[in-house]
Amino acid sequence: MSASVNSIATSVDEPLLAIEDLSISFSTRVVEIPAVMSFSATIAPGEALGLVGESGCGKSTVALAIMRDLGKTGRITGGSIRFKGRELTNMSEAELRRIRGSEIAMIYQEPMASLNPAMKIARQLMEVPMIHAGASAAHAYAQALRVVEAVRLPDPKRILASYPHQLSGGQQQRIVIAMALMSKPALLILDEPTTALDVTVEAGIVQLVKDLGREFGTSMLFISHNLGLVLETCDRICVMYSGEAVETGPIVEVFDEMRHPYTQGLFRSIPLPGTDKALRPLVAIPGNFPLPYERPPGCNFGPRCSYFVAGRCDAADIPMAPVSPTHATRCIRWPEIDWAAPPPAKAGGARAPIGDVVLSVDNLRKYYEVGANALVGGDARVVKANESVSFEAREAETLAIVGESGCGKSTLAKVLLGLETATAGEIRLGNQEIGQRAIERRDTRTVASIQMVFQNPFDTLNPSHSIGGQIVRVLEKFRFGASQAEREARMLELLDLVKLPRAFARRMPRQLSGGQKQRIGIARAFAGAPKVVVADEPVSALDVSVQAAVTELLTDIQRDKRTTMLFISHDLGIVRYLADRVMVMYLGHVVEIGACDQVFEPPYHPYTEALLSAVPIADTSIEKEEILLEGDIPSAVDPPPGCPFQTRCPRKRQVPGDLCERELPPFVELAPGHKVKCHLSAEVFASMQPVIRLVGTGA
Amino acid sequence: MLAFLLKRLGVMVLTALCLTLVVFALVNLKPNLVKLAKEQTGSRITEQQVEVWLDQNGFNRPLGVRYAEWLGNVVRGDFGHSTRFNAPVSEVLWPRLWLTAILMFWVMVVMIPAALLLGILAGMREGSAQDRALSTVAIATTSTPEYVSGVVLTVIFASQMVGLQWFSGSATKAAEEGPTLYTFALPVLTIAIYGTGYIARMTRASMAEVMTQQYIRTARLKGVSFRMIVLRHALRNALIAPFTVIMLQFPWLLTGVVIVESLFNYRGFGWLLIEGAANNDIDLLLACSIVAVMIVLVTQLISDIGYVYLNPRIRVAA
Repeated sequence: MSASVNSIATSVDEPLLAIEDLSISFSTRVVEIPAVMSFSATIAPGEALGLVGESGCGKSTVALAIMRDLGKTGRITGGSIRFKGRELTNMSEAELRRIRGSEIAMIYQEPMASLNPAMKIARQLMEVPMIHAGASAAHAYAQALRVVEAVRLPDPKRILASYPHQLSGGQQQRIVIAMALMSKPALLILDEPTTALDVTVEAGIVQLVKDLGREFGTSMLFISHNLGLVLETCDRICVMYSGEAVETGPIVEVFDEMRHPYTQGLFRSIPLPGTDKALRPLVAIPGNFPLPYERPPGCNFGPRCSYFVAGRCDAADIPMAPVSPTHATRCIRWPEIDWAAPPPAKAGGARAPIGDVVLSVDNLRKYYEVGANALVGGDARVVKANESVSFEAREAETLAIVGESGCGKSTLAKVLLGLETATAGEIRLGNQEIGQRAIERRDTRTVASIQMVFQNPFDTLNPSHSIGGQIVRVLEKFRFGASQAEREARMLELLDLVKLPRAFARRMPRQLSGGQKQRIGIARAFAGAPKVVVADEPVSALDVSVQAAVTELLTDIQRDKRTTMLFISHDLGIVRYLADRVMVMYLGHVVEIGACDQVFEPPYHPYTEALLSAVPIADTSIEKEEILLEGDIPSAVDPPPGCPFQTRCPRKRQVPGDLCERELPPFVELAPGHKVKCHLSAEVFASMQPVIRLVGTGA
Repeated sequence: MLAFLLKRLGVMVLTALCLTLVVFALVNLKPNLVKLAKEQTGSRITEQQVEVWLDQNGFNRPLGVRYAEWLGNVVRGDFGHSTRFNAPVSEVLWPRLWLTAILMFWVMVVMIPAALLLGILAGMREGSAQDRALSTVAIATTSTPEYVSGVVLTVIFASQMVGLQWFSGSATKAAEEGPTLYTFALPVLTIAIYGTGYIARMTRASMAEVMTQQYIRTARLKGVSFRMIVLRHALRNALIAPFTVIMLQFPWLLTGVVIVESLFNYRGFGWLLIEGAANNDIDLLLACSIVAVMIVLVTQLISDIGYVYLNPRIRVAA
């Protein structure tokens, strides 16, 4: 029973926060929907608890319940939340106000939206001690200045005098953290605090949060869908599924010896070092997340679980069962399951043989002019989105394009598809020049030959047309087939191709889940038998458990059709898993290109090295070199002189003189096919150590 | 900022030139000129006599030349001669415009605070009973045109029928002797009530939207009280949208002025416009159109500057 687990935990250490049997419901006009059911957790002083789960599992609802901010529709229907021995569930608004922001503070997902756009940073920070401690303005300002220094922001006075929009995303998040720390809270709730940030910026924030937690002895509730991030920051973990906690325990124990099938499924569906699309493919969790009002009887995970036994798993509600004094799971079959057994072997297709060059890009440049006023003129400023980008992509090859925001990867995709035309340089698709040819001037064959799978499947389907109709429309546009009947037949084939039932042709987009929508996006892209498919972060908007299935589908189709895929992503895990070659971009430049193994093993470009170090990996047997980058990515409007990376490069001092600041490095070929745009000497490259090391197989 | 202002002034002058050229061309269309000739000389004249009259008065010269001439006079402050009042236009125009300005001033004094208060009180708790009640009032007022509310108000507050007779149904005295509560309340209220509902609805929508923003949640979870959330965090953000609407109300109110001035017999700018149009008083109409254009352009300029002040994310690009 959950209560028993709880009592064990409390006896170990007097908890700061104790949640017991918490149930939360949201009332709609029709019914009351339970969002969280009998959730229990404790956080000891100074401890960090990770709350992990996919969207809709109720993890943010738990956080808001602690803050007692469930809105007009949400209601705590049972259980208790005790904070420092005080019951929060029945506290009055006035009492809550005294706790909020002073004893419990929260850090949010989107820093920009969380800061008042019309109020200076100073005022927003000073408010906290002025409300809670009755501090004078001068005193509050001095304190704000100290905290802004503590979150390691440069030039605190200038920052305090700024409005939120004048800061970068990383700086804004540091301000939100500073705001939370103004009153030295006992508990800090972090709701996906780095999801909106770039990886190298995320790494800095994570480090900051860890240091501050240690320094101030703050307890933390860290909500995330990113297992790697939780491993880096937390002491204990609680995995949630469909409104329930399914597994909870010390972080390393749960990572290495998980005792719930859902936790196992999560780990098997994320690409970790060691997985490989040919040898050890990802295993997707079948099916979809149940909607809150369609939860199955018994175990919520039952319908998707490979260990499901009818009559036992769906007989009654499954209670939490202790695995060890600190580890519990909501699975009645956990003692029977062979947890060490390898995942069911799948006929993972071998990597397809690579063919001839299909797409070649030579010295491509794309500049935008901004700030010019068409009517009265003004100073036009040039954004150099792409600078001398050159690469080739071959038939059946997957070329991953990796980089953070502003690196020019999306601009490159736009130019390739003809949504923009190149400022200079050449793009050849087959033997045709397409760089200067906007999409409306391309012939049907060319348009069909290079297609895109978009990042956000939710916005790319027209909500008022049926799925079938939208695919048929694409076929019409590509002048496929002689008659409507032929196109309909082809449309049904495409649904087969993306493994959706044919009945889906009549459905509307709103009736599909995110993963299903992205399958339609893939069907649409492959409708005209393309030579090249540009996939722009095709799974990053999807939940972890469906990501694997969609990724697998995409690569399977690509292999069968021998299509060239340009896979744009910031997720190095997935890139390592499926790419043949990798191209790393920074501020419009290609800084490194090579075969997957070449890029992921030393020698690296210093930026690639930092990127690899920044990505959190959900594997306890991995040890990483810590390389934190200073500052933010510079603006493409005003790029630094010389090497684009020189303002943040940790290895800059290994280059003699101020060469990095004066000259753009040449593209040095380190090995056949492996090029790096860097001034570092051959000796330095030769002495580089791997960033990621496997240290044994874990406990 | 100075460069921005100069640039905007340049654009304003250009817009004013274009618009006056259009109005000039329209009032100088041949049929209208023929009508003018007949009115000025007695209607029973032959076509030849019309042509002679037009030639004599210079109306048959090319449009461009005459526009340039008119423009030159305007720049020197000479708006021409009003045929209706048989006096220089500037002598007729400025006193009337001043009267309307007084009316407008009192309308704004009543309307803006009332509308903002109504909108904020309704929008800060969207969907509450308070919101529903205030929103109903706002819809009711804004869907009652001035010629209805003016009559209704007169009947209730000024007629012997109801018997209250608190205020006067005519504002003529206000024009002659300066406004008093007795003479001026009804025309001001008639215009203000209509605009209040409209601005209140805008403010309510803006406020309701701001209250759902994440930074309001941030403030709430910082421990800020509801009162301070509304006053410190929501208000400035919520005023950005309605501010533009309020400034756009000025030119819109001009049309209301035409009705209300007639209704309450207040001889201001609106009344002048009607007189000019009814009597084909070309110079007067042209002068009125310049005034109208300038009011629109100046209010837009103020609105842009105020927007920049309210919204720190917007910075003027010089």
